Amino acid sequence: MKVDNSLPLEYSTEENSLKILGFWIFLGAEIMLFATLFATYFTMVHRTGSGPTGAEIFEIAPVLMETILLLTSSFTIGLGIHAMRIGNKKATMVFFLITLLLGAGFLSFEVSEFIHYVHVGATLQTSGFTAILLTTLGTHGLHVTFGFFWGLFILLQIKKRGLTPETANKSFIFSLYWHFLDVVWIFIFSFIYLKGMM
Amino acid sequence: MDFFKQFAVPHPSFLIYASMVGIGLTMLAIVVGITYFKKWGYLWKEWLTTVDHKRIGIMYLLSALLMLFRGGVDAIMMRAQLALPDNTLLDSEHYNEVFTTHGVVMILFMAMPFIMFFFNFLVPLQIGARDVAFPRLNAISFWLFFMGMGLFNLSFIIGGSPDAGWTSYFPLAGNEFSTSVGTNYYMIAIQIAGLGTLMTGINFMTTILKMRAPGMSLMKMPMFTWSAFIANVIIVFAFPVLTVALAMGTMDRLFGTNFFTTANGGMDMMWANLFWVWGHPEVYILILPAFGLYSEIISTFARRNLYGYKSMVASMVLISLLSFFVWAHHFFTMGQGPVSNSIFSITTMAIAVPTGVKMFNWLFTLWKGKIVFTTPMLYSVLFIPLFTLGGVTGVMLAMSAADYQYHNTMFLVAHFHNVIIPGVVYAMLAGLTYYWPKMFGFMLNEKIGKWTVWLLSIGFVLAFIPMYITGLDGQARRMYTYSESTGFGPLNMVAFFGAGLMAVGFVLLVYNIYYSTRYASRDISNDPWDARSLEWATHTPVPEYNFAITPKVNSTQAFWDSKKNGHELFPGKLEKIHMPNNSGLPFIMGCAFFGFGFAMVFSMWPIAIISLIGLLACLAYRSFEKDHGRYISVEEIEETEAKLRGAKK
Repeated sequence: MKVDNSLPLEYSTEENSLKILGFWIFLGAEIMLFATLFATYFTMVHRTGSGPTGAEIFEIAPVLMETILLLTSSFTIGLGIHAMRIGNKKATMVFFLITLLLGAGFLSFEVSEFIHYVHVGATLQTSGFTAILLTTLGTHGLHVTFGFFWGLFILLQIKKRGLTPETANKSFIFSLYWHFLDVVWIFIFSFIYLKGMM
Repeated sequence: MDFFKQFAVPHPSFLIYASMVGIGLTMLAIVVGITYFKKWGYLWKEWLTTVDHKRIGIMYLLSALLMLFRGGVDAIMMRAQLALPDNTLLDSEHYNEVFTTHGVVMILFMAMPFIMFFFNFLVPLQIGARDVAFPRLNAISFWLFFMGMGLFNLSFIIGGSPDAGWTSYFPLAGNEFSTSVGTNYYMIAIQIAGLGTLMTGINFMTTILKMRAPGMSLMKMPMFTWSAFIANVIIVFAFPVLTVALAMGTMDRLFGTNFFTTANGGMDMMWANLFWVWGHPEVYILILPAFGLYSEIISTFARRNLYGYKSMVASMVLISLLSFFVWAHHFFTMGQGPVSNSIFSITTMAIAVPTGVKMFNWLFTLWKGKIVFTTPMLYSVLFIPLFTLGGVTGVMLAMSAADYQYHNTMFLVAHFHNVIIPGVVYAMLAGLTYYWPKMFGFMLNEKIGKWTVWLLSIGFVLAFIPMYITGLDGQARRMYTYSESTGFGPLNMVAFFGAGLMAVGFVLLVYNIYYSTRYASRDISNDPWDARSLEWATHTPVPEYNFAITPKVNSTQAFWDSKKNGHELFPGKLEKIHMPNNSGLPFIMGCAFFGFGFAMVFSMWPIAIISLIGLLACLAYRSFEKDHGRYISVEEIEETEAKLRGAKK
């Protein structure tokens, strides 16, 4: 494996730069996936049948908590990648750990939010609106869950193998994924929750 | 007993039982054969675990040919049923299942793997690369496609085939009207295969952007690689839409959600929109690589550079953009209003412009060319008038007001077969004949090949031109019979005869493969057609590392230049080559997906969860795995090169 030391560690081999480009293209596909969900959401937002509307079930407090937790985690993963760039293994691990804990916090709020929805009679089966609402939120939540385990495995690898071109590459790609989930959340927050509560 | 009842076929008939026995015996024969000849180890080591793009390509090819046969049998059954008025060969349920699976199999499990075969086999060779960007992901793509295909085909012997049409419109495809598990199979099998396709799209976009040989700028890429690139861009942007639509459809059927119902706020037209937002670009995912192949073949056998290279590229880019803005022309008559219909009418007709540019470029390439009428060239030359006919009827259909006459008639059926058969199928068969020597080291018989072309073409004209006429007269599609007083009888009989001729053509193709395998000369050069692009510059059969020395490119026809103008294609000396290791993981993940999909179809949750855990375990294992591939040493390369040069001068 040829390592080019003039480049950041995560780009330093040919394989690494291929993987980063491939992941950007994957994110393009993910944008289409979420765009389709949003388009369907906007089409069906008023098709509530006999079920509740968004304004009736949304609660600002847990949503704000989720937003704060997830946006902060995007900041900490940025710090983690910065620590990785300057070669500080310990700081990288600490920031990764904080990110994952914030992600887990987000998920626990989201689970209780879902329980609340089911409790007030907004289940998957209630109406076209609740179906697309829970599917859109659920798809994002599943992405975060998947990301949690993915990040955890990378953290274990950094601990065991140190900052190599391979682990650096994985961390960087993971950070792209995590930031992306944040961007999607900003859209969810603005166009589903805020618009729904207005 | 109740548990087993769900696996029974809901509308069994003699034909289904006979095919079940046939399939069972064939499977048994394969297993016994492999065991008898002790080939399990070979199969596992050389094929099931392979990450070599050429072998993955050949596995795609085998799947495509197998499915061509299956979809073809469906077609013959339909034509036989309609050959006579008031025919009772198939009953209405069986007919529904047959036209549904014919459509799905031919588009998604025949045409798609066929183009995947060309992507896999050709793109790395054409751009002078050692492999694709992500060889392991490539194997996963194939196994996901393969398992999706297997699951879909299983529907017809376990639990019942889908019967709501290949477009699976809701509410017809909902639980209320499609009571068997058939539509579950549809949703889940296509989902699995579609995920594989999406990964292929990402893989090949990266490969083409990053792994081209030195000197090959984007505007020096061979035309097929260009078409592959654009098709893969469409894949990456269109397939996620299908993923979402299928997931919603699955939830409607399995969990009782209200996405596409007609009550509780559901919206059945949402399905039609999402399906065609994917479905229309899908048509161009199929046709653009076909155009790429025609460009290669026509320029080779007209012995001229392709006319209008830049306009060829520009027209493909334009087609790919327009393909996303025409989806609503699939439901002009479903009440969307004159403004929307007019807009989609115009965007649809606009596609004829860049397509016309390509047509004229091919004609200008032929103009003053020294044309050699080989089998692949014959396909390409016949493609031009036949495809144009299909294009013209397409513009007729694009006129939304007139579409109220054609909608859901045989006219439409004739139109899309008229673009897909001469457009895609001919290109695939032409490409197959053209690249056969590169794959297997011998040529297909030219005489039998030309008979095949003519039988297919005469059969095609007889099979589909009558449908234009009966369609204009009002024969509806998807109806299993019609009465004698309609007068559709004689024309449908002609169409049946044409379908029979096409069937003979396809049998002849198989015979050609058998005949040539036995008798064709193995003593051919690396470049038997006197071709122009890089894939012909390496040995036949292609060594696993493709090129011993990375080629250096200076024009769109680098290999032609090296032959005619003395351009040095392989400067430099041998170096050790890095190659990826084989892996069983992709195949195992494919099996886990198959188990998951099958369990989901029948709502067997424990099995579904176990398969899902298995799948996630594979991903976790992969995350921790350390695999840096291996090196092929210089001595080993020299040995391989010497052997290949010795075998064929």
